[in-house]
Amino acid sequence: MTAEKIIFLLTGALILLSALMVVSTRKLLHAALWLVVTLFGVAVLYAMLQASFLAVVQVVVYIGAIAILFIFAVMLTRREMRDQGQQTRSNWWLPALLGLLILAGLVFLILGVPGADRVPAALPEGFDAVRVLGTALVSPNAYVLPFEVASVLLLAALVGAVYLAGAGKKP
Amino acid sequence: MTFADFLNNPVNFIADWLTGLLTGWGLPDALATILVYVIGITVLIVFAMVLDIGLVWVERKVVARFQDRLGPNRLGPFGLIQPFADIIKLVIKEDITPAGADKVIFNIAPVLAAVSVIALWAILPLSSKIFGVDMNVALLYLVAAGALGTLAIIMAGWSSNNKYALVGAFRMVANMVSYEIPMVVVLLIPTILADTMSVQGITQAQDGLWFAILSPLGFLIFFISAIAELGRTPFDLIEAESELTAGFNVEYSGMKFGWFYASELLHAFTFGGFMAVLFFGGYGGFFGLEKVAGFGWLTNPFIEAAVFIAKAMFGYWAIMWVKYSLPRIRIDHMLAFNWKFLVPLSLVALATPAILHKVLIDLPTWQYALGMFASNVVIASGTIEILRANSRKQRKAEEKLSPQPVKN
Repeated sequence: MTAEKIIFLLTGALILLSALMVVSTRKLLHAALWLVVTLFGVAVLYAMLQASFLAVVQVVVYIGAIAILFIFAVMLTRREMRDQGQQTRSNWWLPALLGLLILAGLVFLILGVPGADRVPAALPEGFDAVRVLGTALVSPNAYVLPFEVASVLLLAALVGAVYLAGAGKKP
Repeated sequence: MTFADFLNNPVNFIADWLTGLLTGWGLPDALATILVYVIGITVLIVFAMVLDIGLVWVERKVVARFQDRLGPNRLGPFGLIQPFADIIKLVIKEDITPAGADKVIFNIAPVLAAVSVIALWAILPLSSKIFGVDMNVALLYLVAAGALGTLAIIMAGWSSNNKYALVGAFRMVANMVSYEIPMVVVLLIPTILADTMSVQGITQAQDGLWFAILSPLGFLIFFISAIAELGRTPFDLIEAESELTAGFNVEYSGMKFGWFYASELLHAFTFGGFMAVLFFGGYGGFFGLEKVAGFGWLTNPFIEAAVFIAKAMFGYWAIMWVKYSLPRIRIDHMLAFNWKFLVPLSLVALATPAILHKVLIDLPTWQYALGMFASNVVIASGTIEILRANSRKQRKAEEKLSPQPVKN
């Protein structure tokens, strides 16, 4: 067992446990905070894959913005912070079975991929992943079109939000 | 392995020596490396926390000067032992958890607040040889650590089961989420000028020509949004003693309050350090003197660290200067100031050097610097003109609305 494997297993266990807590805890705010733990664990996975940019952006966007938005939505919309009542339905075993089947199928597929147990080669010295990513995002041979389309989509969402917030007000 | 080696690269020297010692005891290499890293991290954190104790004293002395009093002066020379007395007092105070508080979150919040600050020390380059890590996404990491700080404050405010604490936390989030935008935009200016996001690269790119000269507006915007991010006056609506008693930390007592207080001070100092790194040349500061024969010792890591800490201390002092001179502003003014003024200005302040940098880069250095500086002056005077025209319009509209004085 290498150190990386140990860290990966610990992180994976943390992600699974916190994800389970998100759906099983009765306090809504705790669910939101467990979700933060899950997202942080995913950031750790990115960092282990040498994708430092993704790891940091994961923290900035998902923890810094989206999770905080969730917490606010929970705090502002619910009077009662605890969920009462039953948490499961009578046919809970069916989705559980489906989930297990999908997991088994995925594991089977991944094990079938050639070289799934290989250790990734070390990055060459002086390899700047951020620079490569930045060039790829604006290069016509790579991702400039999807990047621009996504920007236009976000801009449209922004304009829509401003319009909705301003609707009913006279200019 | 001589004393000169130690002076030239202290961290590597000690790390090599420790690794040698540990492997000599029969530990496997991997374990020895991990142990040395753990020791290094601990030493860095301890250094930051000990510095923090000094900051308490500095803060109290400086605020006393601003308010025309003496400050702590009874315990030890110049009251130097006062912070230790404070710590003893905080530690032995009763630890109270309010009724109805969410205990786990209530206890995690102060720890997370401290973590969000100490995490910043991982990328703070004390000198070219003394630093935690040199990441290629360091500036984004700075923003990410700020996100954790926001989370800590929400957790503290919500779990206290106190409406003042919750209102304070709400305000803080509104504050941090909005002022994060000009800060991120402005962080791109050093990135463009230095062509890298790593703090070591940014420091080295400023050799002899500080980015504060190339982009004084960028520095000002970073300064303002850093103060907002810290939640210090004039943006301290999070605490607002006169309205919220003490804001988000009102229910905390003893050392748990101490953690919030300590992390606030250390955060201010750390941002002073980032101002030094991003706009004032970081640990370099002799404008080429170190390259002259006989002055080579100026690049010694200890000298560089001293220069860095002096610059960071100056930034810390400037933040305090603002804090103890200005009154608190209202929350709607704070948000309007950000969205209607700071965000557009930061976008202009980013776009102009981004273009000019490419246009002017081939000119001699002094023409390049002059061009960049002049562009900032033009933007600033344009902004002031627009503001003046706006306020004139507003004044006229109000004069029309206000009732005319009755003639009798």
